[in-house]
Amino acid sequence: MSITQALPRAPGGNFDPYRVGRSSGGGGGGRYDATGHGEGGPASKDVIVGYGFWIFILSDIIMFSAFFAAHAVLQTATAGGPSGHDLFRPSSIAIETACLLVSSFTCGLSAVAARVRSQVWTQIWLLATGLLGLAFVLLESRDFAGMVAAGAGPQRSAFLSSFFAVVGLHGLHVSAGLLWLGTMMAQLLAKGFRPNVQRRLLCFNLFWHALDIIWVALFTIVYLIGEGR
Amino acid sequence: MSGQTHGSNTDDVAPGFTGAPTESVAHGIGIYLIGVVLAALLTVASFSVVYTHLIWGPAIPVMLGVLAVAQIGVHLVFFLHLTTAPDNTNNVLALAFGVLIVALLIGGSLWIMDNLNQNMLPMYQMMQMQR
Repeated sequence: MSITQALPRAPGGNFDPYRVGRSSGGGGGGRYDATGHGEGGPASKDVIVGYGFWIFILSDIIMFSAFFAAHAVLQTATAGGPSGHDLFRPSSIAIETACLLVSSFTCGLSAVAARVRSQVWTQIWLLATGLLGLAFVLLESRDFAGMVAAGAGPQRSAFLSSFFAVVGLHGLHVSAGLLWLGTMMAQLLAKGFRPNVQRRLLCFNLFWHALDIIWVALFTIVYLIGEGR
Repeated sequence: MSGQTHGSNTDDVAPGFTGAPTESVAHGIGIYLIGVVLAALLTVASFSVVYTHLIWGPAIPVMLGVLAVAQIGVHLVFFLHLTTAPDNTNNVLALAFGVLIVALLIGGSLWIMDNLNQNMLPMYQMMQMQR
């Protein structure tokens, strides 16, 4: 590859060394169009949108950490009421964990299908993600309903208040993610693989995987460590 | 055109962001498969540590912490595609800052509340003083 091929060209075909950016027209050159490399210019919109959404996810995780801190402090404050050991059912937690992990996997498969612009497979994997997420939310709300019916609602003790706050917050995030997933499937069907729809899909993927990361912290701190308390 | 120029550099750009169209489907699925298998193994390990009594009791929380951090690392690398590629530098730095804040928040809360607990009178003495 000669040097002139690697450099951006003006519309007339003349070599234009001052053109900035790589997303329109000829773009950057060869293997050097990563951010900050050679003729690359500013980062592509995908990278910028992903970065912005990553900042949102990190701020969300910091909000969760406050709930986790409260729960860690109050985990033993059962006020004579039931402790985690009395309330948690390991089989239910294991099934919920499996649902979320497999839904994270199918979400990743939908991203692979979206990359090669396969409408059918993207929709199939997104649907699988949504069904697994729905199963998770239903199982969790069944657990919650059982606890409240047994007199172990959020008003019973500080431990249970913080438990319902942190686990319920995660459940709310999953529910919101399900709504978002539905709109993404509709957008994909109506608009096809437009660049902006693909960026939204990228953000949804980041969100869904981040929810699974929070669940890892959650089942470890709340359920497994809580089991021993 | 831009699709073509992106095609030649799968080694230099963060996967999942740009440069992806040439990445084969099998390769993409393979990464998620590795991730889900590793994550499942770590999850099973976490649950078995608690429910099988294989590990000495007081060591269980430490073991669980190690397994959770390992699984979060697996999720970050294989699902969120956090790599050392130049396009990912900002993401990694933001994550490092997030981890710092989370550590300060949780660690600080536990530290302060534990200190308060130790300095507080036992409950029955409090009750007697109130009489």
